[in-house]
Amino acid sequence: MPSRTADRIYQATITICAAAIPAVLALLAIVLFAGAWPTLSSAIGPLLTQSTWDVPQHRFGAAPLIVGTLVSSAFALAIAAPLGIGVALLATEIAPRALREPLAFLVNLLAAIPSVVYGLWGIFVLVPLLRRSIMPWSMAHLGWMPGFSGPAYGPSLLAAALILAIMVLPYIASVSRDVILAVPRAQREAALALGATRWEMIRDAVLPAARTGLFGGIILGLGRALGETMAVTMVIGNRHTIPDSLFAPAYTMAAMLANEFAEASDPLHLSALMAVALLLLTVTLLVNLLARLLVARVAREDTATDGLPMPPGVAP
Amino acid sequence: MMVTAVTAAAIVLGACAGDHAGAGNRNSSGPRNGVTDSGGTGNVMTSTRVDITGAGATFPYPLYARWFNEYAQYANTRINYQSIGSGAGIRQVVARTVDFGATDVPMTDAELAAAGMRILHIPTVVGAVAITYNLPGLTRPLNLSADVIADIFLGKLTRWNDDRLVALNPRVTLPASDILVVHRADGSGTSYIFSDYLTTVSPAWAAGPGRGKEVPWPVGLGGKGNEGVAGQVKQMPGAIGYLEVVYARQNRLPVAHIRNQAGRFVSPMPFEIATAATSVLDRLVSNSRAATDLRVSLVDAPGAQSYPIASFTWMLVAPDAIGAVKSQQLGAFLRWALLENGDIASTLGYVPLPTEAAARVVDQAEALLSPPAAHP
Repeated sequence: MPSRTADRIYQATITICAAAIPAVLALLAIVLFAGAWPTLSSAIGPLLTQSTWDVPQHRFGAAPLIVGTLVSSAFALAIAAPLGIGVALLATEIAPRALREPLAFLVNLLAAIPSVVYGLWGIFVLVPLLRRSIMPWSMAHLGWMPGFSGPAYGPSLLAAALILAIMVLPYIASVSRDVILAVPRAQREAALALGATRWEMIRDAVLPAARTGLFGGIILGLGRALGETMAVTMVIGNRHTIPDSLFAPAYTMAAMLANEFAEASDPLHLSALMAVALLLLTVTLLVNLLARLLVARVAREDTATDGLPMPPGVAP
Repeated sequence: MMVTAVTAAAIVLGACAGDHAGAGNRNSSGPRNGVTDSGGTGNVMTSTRVDITGAGATFPYPLYARWFNEYAQYANTRINYQSIGSGAGIRQVVARTVDFGATDVPMTDAELAAAGMRILHIPTVVGAVAITYNLPGLTRPLNLSADVIADIFLGKLTRWNDDRLVALNPRVTLPASDILVVHRADGSGTSYIFSDYLTTVSPAWAAGPGRGKEVPWPVGLGGKGNEGVAGQVKQMPGAIGYLEVVYARQNRLPVAHIRNQAGRFVSPMPFEIATAATSVLDRLVSNSRAATDLRVSLVDAPGAQSYPIASFTWMLVAPDAIGAVKSQQLGAFLRWALLENGDIASTLGYVPLPTEAAARVVDQAEALLSPPAAHP
């Protein structure tokens, strides 16, 4: 076989493989859109703004689900992002050489645990801990702040955020570790040669150069958090109201879909579920798109400055 | 080997040939059966193995799996069942992708009309919903009445030491703590039965959340599945929740005694649950609608011994869609299961249909499962 033909075949195969991915996404969107059409065409306003989810009466308002999804993921990232980057720095720059590999391996193990196991751990360890000690203490000392009011059920927005934080930690940590390792050695050495301490070297030479990649890792974690279902539904309390406190039970889109889809037989109910699924897909896409734009901007800045931050007061 | 199988099949089918001998041979002369039969000739004495598929409710799945497994060794019929949920079971029967469905929630008149074919509801076993609670200091079972249960789940009755609860439980000390309500978050037949009960006994509930597989609960947390509800109730002192009675018994959870129509506090034990079915069916005998429609609710059943939150679980069969052979095979199976093998249900913790009720259901099912020609 002449090599040109082989090349063509290879190219065609690769093209088909590559095209399959957007095709699947498009098909998914089309099916969801078709299924959701009855709701989209007549009840999209209430779906986005109302808080009542009444299946027998056909009133479908998904506002609490949207809020619950976004807030739980945001809190999870607020906890997991510093932790993940910290773990990555520890496993690349700070820990003794012999411990770096095992440490990274252990963190990656977190990603191998099935989410139902996280959920069970949440039910039997995390939730009782929250209910018995953390929540009462917080209410006593932080109760004057909004978002720390009771009652202390245990299953709550906070429990879900903590579980999600642990679940997305390995993704953020492992991506961060890879990008930190990719920072050129010369840059580290240059910083040290100029008399920087180890912390100054990390702050001024490593982190800025790895910024884009670190951001990418956080976004990957966000994608995981938005779509996580099983573990969340086991600890969030599944209450269809907009939470007024971190300790209040809440609900997410993914959890609700998992709970209601199997038993839904009413056409309008099915359509509302499809609409929520489409909404989840849209939110995920928007978040990713926003992240890409940010990453692109960060990347442009990086190339403009050769990956090094400008000293303060110097215009680029 | 083959000979014994054929003989066995002949014996089974012989048992039900009394009503309509040779019904199977009507296949050629009778009106359209819709679907070609695997037997070809339509003779039920065929030695060809019949494969039947079903799908639906998760609640009776362990029992159905056992029944179908044992029946396959007894008759020449292999029945395959997938537990995918009541709603999905109904959808599959209507779409004709399975030979029978199974549901804890009867189809509505509108759903039946939309299906465009005869769909029979055949009760196979009785289920019940137990109310479980977490009151560490309680020495005897909690007593509850219909109005108190409704008000707790409506969020109107919020403290364990409320006067109404104290009046129902004179010999115990109830704590001065909040009542934490736990309900199912996923759509389920258990929620349907419980909300059906609340709708029946409480006008306020009927005007509010209503009945359904998922209703807008006014208060409380949602747990996923029986295990989710049980887990949350176990962990929260002061919690109350409802779950499927087999699950409650297997996990030795405390269950409340509930005051029935006759004013007695009854526990969800097999006898009390079966009594609910018997008393409702007795009341139906005089009712002409019962001749073909067994979509009856067992909640708030009359009778001194009846447990008030019980329900049938049904098999859904569309005889015109699956043809005479499969219909009769299912009829034969029902006779075998309900009349001769109810003890399998008991050993698994289910409540079999009481003997009299089972006989009535089997006779009726066999009559309805024969080809339409038999019922001009």
